Amino acid sequence: MIRAADDDLTIYERSKPGRRAFVAPELDVPERPLEELLPAELRRAQPPRLPEVAEPEIVRHYNRLSKRNFDLDTGFYPLGSCTMKHNPKLHERVAALPGHAKLHPLQDPRGAQGALELMWRLQGALGEIAGLPHVSLQPSAGSHGELAGVLLTRAYHEDRGERRTKVLTPETAHGTNPATVTMAGYEVVKVGTDAHGNVDLDDLRAKADDDVACLMLTNPSTLGLFESGIEEIERIVHGAGATLYYDGANLNAIMGICRPGDMGFDIVHFNLHKSFTQPHGGGGPGAGPIAVSQRIEPFLPRPQVVRRGQTDNGSEPFYDLDYDRPKSIGRLRGFQGNYGVFVRSYAYIRSLGAAGLREVSEVAVLNANYLLARLQREGVLEYLPAAHQRICMHEFVLSGAPMKRELKIKTLDLAKRLLDHGVHPPTVYFPLIVEEALLIEPTETETKETLDHFAEVLAEILREAREDPEIARNAPYTTPVRRLDEAGAARRLVLRQAM
Amino acid sequence: MTSYTSATDADRREMLATIGVGSIEELFADIPAHLRLDRLPDVEGGLAEQEVYEELRALAARNVSTQDELSFLGAGMYDHYIPALIDSIIMRSEFLTPYTPYQPEISQGGLQAMFEYQTAISELTGLPISNASVYEGPSAVGAAGYVAKFANRRRNFVVSRGVHPHSRETLRTLAPGYGMEVVEVPLVDGVTELGDLDADVSAVVVQQPNFLGAVEDLESLASRARDVGALTICACDPLPLALLKAPGECGVDIAVGEGQTLGNRLDFGGPSFGFFATTEALMRRIPGRIAGETRDVDGKRGFVLTLQTREQHIRREKATSNICTSQALNALAGVIYLSWLGRRGIVELAELMLQRTAYARERMHAIEGVQALHERPVVREFALRLDAPVHRVLARCREQHVNPGYALGRDCPEYPDGLLVAITEQRTRADIDRLADVLAAAVAAERYAPNQVPA
Repeated sequence: MIRAADDDLTIYERSKPGRRAFVAPELDVPERPLEELLPAELRRAQPPRLPEVAEPEIVRHYNRLSKRNFDLDTGFYPLGSCTMKHNPKLHERVAALPGHAKLHPLQDPRGAQGALELMWRLQGALGEIAGLPHVSLQPSAGSHGELAGVLLTRAYHEDRGERRTKVLTPETAHGTNPATVTMAGYEVVKVGTDAHGNVDLDDLRAKADDDVACLMLTNPSTLGLFESGIEEIERIVHGAGATLYYDGANLNAIMGICRPGDMGFDIVHFNLHKSFTQPHGGGGPGAGPIAVSQRIEPFLPRPQVVRRGQTDNGSEPFYDLDYDRPKSIGRLRGFQGNYGVFVRSYAYIRSLGAAGLREVSEVAVLNANYLLARLQREGVLEYLPAAHQRICMHEFVLSGAPMKRELKIKTLDLAKRLLDHGVHPPTVYFPLIVEEALLIEPTETETKETLDHFAEVLAEILREAREDPEIARNAPYTTPVRRLDEAGAARRLVLRQAM
Repeated sequence: MTSYTSATDADRREMLATIGVGSIEELFADIPAHLRLDRLPDVEGGLAEQEVYEELRALAARNVSTQDELSFLGAGMYDHYIPALIDSIIMRSEFLTPYTPYQPEISQGGLQAMFEYQTAISELTGLPISNASVYEGPSAVGAAGYVAKFANRRRNFVVSRGVHPHSRETLRTLAPGYGMEVVEVPLVDGVTELGDLDADVSAVVVQQPNFLGAVEDLESLASRARDVGALTICACDPLPLALLKAPGECGVDIAVGEGQTLGNRLDFGGPSFGFFATTEALMRRIPGRIAGETRDVDGKRGFVLTLQTREQHIRREKATSNICTSQALNALAGVIYLSWLGRRGIVELAELMLQRTAYARERMHAIEGVQALHERPVVREFALRLDAPVHRVLARCREQHVNPGYALGRDCPEYPDGLLVAITEQRTRADIDRLADVLAAAVAAERYAPNQVPA
């Protein structure tokens, strides 16, 4: 254990026997001997060694910790494929209303009509945005939605008496795609990328055979480019009898502009913590609802939120949970999904409406293209050229290869130097097919001034590197800790407090 | 312009000029024309903030929350008190709005909190390695199954009927993808009866306390599993673990569970978090993020995400899980809650539940037409049999604003007359007495005639 300065002790290092924050409610029933209620052989000898601290120290400890985090409410976060857009404050207020926050998940549907109606309405809105009518809100995050999607594909093929063994993923795919394919019991087959950054159609044609169950596609791709050959892709994939899966990580580019369902996709997942403003929370919670076409619908997870005609008094519709779904793949988790996330995303959709959602995507794409043009004007692209010379969608990829060659700093160094300028770095070293990649997504909620500033900061870092590359190589300097030994952490594992 | 975008008309003109196009429309030129929507989607909105608030308030008002009735519902999520300091901390922008800590130099707060959380989970479960969270309880059971599959490449999961029905169903959903089979074994007198195990068993899956509230003899279950070379996966409820022998001490290889009871809202089922703890032997197969201690170039202590070569963004199709975004903020609430309870407090809380639950059990058993479903030791929850149609009894009680618990029939057809009752520290003796009165009256009113058989 490394000895720490006083201001960054762990909560365990602040512990002292006898201190406490919790006071138990009064024991108001006749006390019975412990031994009678719980025999000694089932009991633990020692209580878990949790910290012993009073409330003031807990509050101060976590407040201090919070100040060692960068966050979206403080600064620009152009993290590609993560859509770090503003999280409206109203959403926390409405999600905390006791009627939502203190609703037990097993409450009888008669006592949960508001929640079920909200879910039903959210299903409708998401289905309309995707152009696919049937929605399950159950998956907990994007990768969980992907798993649901591939299991739905499996159920669909098996129902037709087919056993297919492979799933196609472009080499630009998020890592979650191939990981999901393996979990769902399929073999991953990679599809190449052509010179324009699109799926290589010849490669796809050659690989789309009778053993292929599905193509998982992100569109716009993780290169920030719209697959202009999407119609041909659809023909090839459906021609082979496979399903077409839409990874919704980049949905923020096309809301109200075009729809995965109209492109021929069978299954779509949404990341409510990306396009629909659920705060990221330092790594969750999120939610990953899915929308599917008619032929996939019978297999959706259970229970499904449904609206039943009329109740006894003949006026109000009744919202219910439908468990009677014989072809369903079953549950993917407990209860009905991350309802607290649904409340926030529903509030967002109600605030914006269709015109607002379209504006979101328009400005997201405008901001990305503007930032790319500004970087061009600043001369940044000389050292960090765009991976493809095309209009981008809501994000774009630069390659740091010339910078590494000519200025002797790597993409990682640039990222670390950005920390000293109060900017969160872009996604780095992804997608894998671009050398020294930076994936930049400004989102629609940033101002032109913020984008201008970011372009100037990048230019400044490159200027500085031309004079002295050591500055960036040793960055950051102003952060709570400096560059950390990640290899050492993996070699000498310390994963919990020693006691 | 929406409330959340800032591009004025002047901004747009200037930005388009810089890009060198005449309109935003031109930026979408790569999308084939006939795929573009020629209308707005049919999504109503465009409301003022106060109108959205009012709509969400009205929807909330149509729910019957634990604040609107005297609720004894549990069955996987429980109405525990959440101390005020949790909201005050987790609502801070610095915890609420960052991304996953891929840039550790500016994420020390979140990373250190993960390390503290992992320590607390390790203490509760008695296992050395905890990850930084998974989605929630039942999917954590599914994730544990994936670890077992690769640990011994055997064919079957043997799953106790005492495991939460949602966990059992989740494992069943995932098993075809894993290429594995789920075999269920029954409860006898309220606890798991494993029957004969063979060399095809990859893992035995049990729950502590089980779905009927009964405390299982984990030690002997794990030892039965070990005898045939199988792993033991235990889904456990973290608060009762204050009193119960830790899964790690009992020989459990993977302890998972639902973390909602640790300072997280009910939220109609989520978001909460799942925890995942295991042995050093299985450490490199654990799913999800893990924070580890290290030092910076100046020798100062710091924390980073570690063992990342297991994860999807590095290992892709060979990853130990596809999980990416999990439940960091909910796990943070969990470690704050555990710090608030503290080493003595968690025991006091669990003992209070134990005593009040024992009292409640005795009161309910004394009601005419109500019997114990089992007599095993329990901590916070117990199961009854009613000599009356359960749903009709519940409906009568609800008229009195009392919700006696969860009807077992739908999930456990073997107990069509079963009722699961949970007693958290928020239910006082007076509340329990009221439940006894209301339940007694409802059962009396709905009781089967002496020769009538339950439907």
